[in-house]
Amino acid sequence: MRVLPVGEDALLVEVSSGDEAQALHAELLRRRAEGSLSAREIVPAARTVLLDGLDAPALVAAELTAAELPPAPPRAGEAVEIPVRYDGPDLADVAAHWGVPEREVARIHAQTDFRVAFCGFAPGFGYLTGLPPRYDVPRRATPRTAVPAGSVALAGPYTGVYPRSSPGGWQLIGTTDAVLWDHTRVPAALLSPGTRVRFVPVEPVGHS
Amino acid sequence: MTDRALAVVRAGALTTVQDLGRPGHAHLGVPRSGALDRPAADLVNRLVGNPPAAAVLETTLNGCAVRPRTTVTVAVAGAPCRVTVDGRPVAWDAPVHVPAGALLDVGPAVSGVRSYVGVCGGITVERVLGSRSTDLLSGLGPPPLTDGTVLPLGRPTGAHARVDVAPQPAPPAELVLRVTLGPRDGWFTPEAVRAFVSRPYRVSPASNRIGLRTEGPALERARPGELPSEGMVLGAVQVPPDGRPVVFLADHPTTGGYPVIAVVRAADLPAVAQAVPGTPVRFVAVRRR
Repeated sequence: MRVLPVGEDALLVEVSSGDEAQALHAELLRRRAEGSLSAREIVPAARTVLLDGLDAPALVAAELTAAELPPAPPRAGEAVEIPVRYDGPDLADVAAHWGVPEREVARIHAQTDFRVAFCGFAPGFGYLTGLPPRYDVPRRATPRTAVPAGSVALAGPYTGVYPRSSPGGWQLIGTTDAVLWDHTRVPAALLSPGTRVRFVPVEPVGHS
Repeated sequence: MTDRALAVVRAGALTTVQDLGRPGHAHLGVPRSGALDRPAADLVNRLVGNPPAAAVLETTLNGCAVRPRTTVTVAVAGAPCRVTVDGRPVAWDAPVHVPAGALLDVGPAVSGVRSYVGVCGGITVERVLGSRSTDLLSGLGPPPLTDGTVLPLGRPTGAHARVDVAPQPAPPAELVLRVTLGPRDGWFTPEAVRAFVSRPYRVSPASNRIGLRTEGPALERARPGELPSEGMVLGAVQVPPDGRPVVFLADHPTTGGYPVIAVVRAADLPAVAQAVPGTPVRFVAVRRR
């Protein structure tokens, strides 16, 4: 674990894997809830957790450097189920990357236990991990100028769902009617860091 | 007409509603947003007797014009500009009485970029995640003003300030931005880090509420490849592939994959809001306190 100072009142805590980042994030949230850590923002990302708005960053840095990283939290809590039609325009490309028939992409994806590693890009956009590394896919060489809201997409080790129409370079494998972000709802975001997620096919995965 | 509202007659190039923003939601991908020149927004609220959290208007370069439907006290500060009520010049940077139905015109910035218009009672559009700020990155909050927009006003809570003119800094002729290096200065060559803190830059016209873009020496990376996405702070100086530093402002993305060479001190950011394109910029390395 490496603790990097960021400006006057923030720290970037760097760990060596996404699982460690999730474990660290859970531990930091626990400390804030019990009152032993005061931070305005705790922002997990791929290999880091950012602590922003700290009163005494040097003190927190010293504590973290001395601390043992706790084990990853168990995959507890109800999974959010997201209904998906596996009808994305990049399904064939993803199948080719994975070296499986197209219908297998849907089966493998829908059998995976996902977790929201972190959010970013847009309000309500979660970076979901859970697929084994052999299923990593590259971004599209040319990003689309408009990806429709509800697109279920892959890039690198991540699955994501576009909360609203936006430009994007991820590989589109399906579509959902789930509302990822609604600022009039409490909570506004369907997915937040740590949330478990399952994708549920809304049409039977076809037989060839 | 006695209803508490403002009708927008001339929206200007880009006028938005701003308050203290919505910090605390970065983990959901929600930018902090809020007034770019916070001291100017605080000042107009103080001048009209509003609490600091009241929402104000933030104009860009060419001001705006509004017609209150009820008699209000207003104050305009930030970028200096000509202010008129029904064509008659009135004070800038001081409380001004605007009768119901009169036209308040906030003229183009004489210097600086963003003028702030405070109205007694504040602008009371619907809050989103606790804030009325327009966020231009993610589209949260009210859309930028358009001609004909009607903005609701709250009830005044305090008396306006009894001052003729309130002190505030002039827009900068040169931006001197104190930075602490890191967290990713190691991604750049030592020559690039030296160039960053010694060579002159200029404010690019592509600057906006998301970031201050600069023109100047491109900073060469010591290592290729992508940085896995990581959390970003206000004032982070991110260096995209073209090598020109970008200073993250209120509507900045919450995570990013380009390396952050340094972070600008929060106290130096309000001046950034008032720097016109072409303004010289110097980044000065300081020790962390």
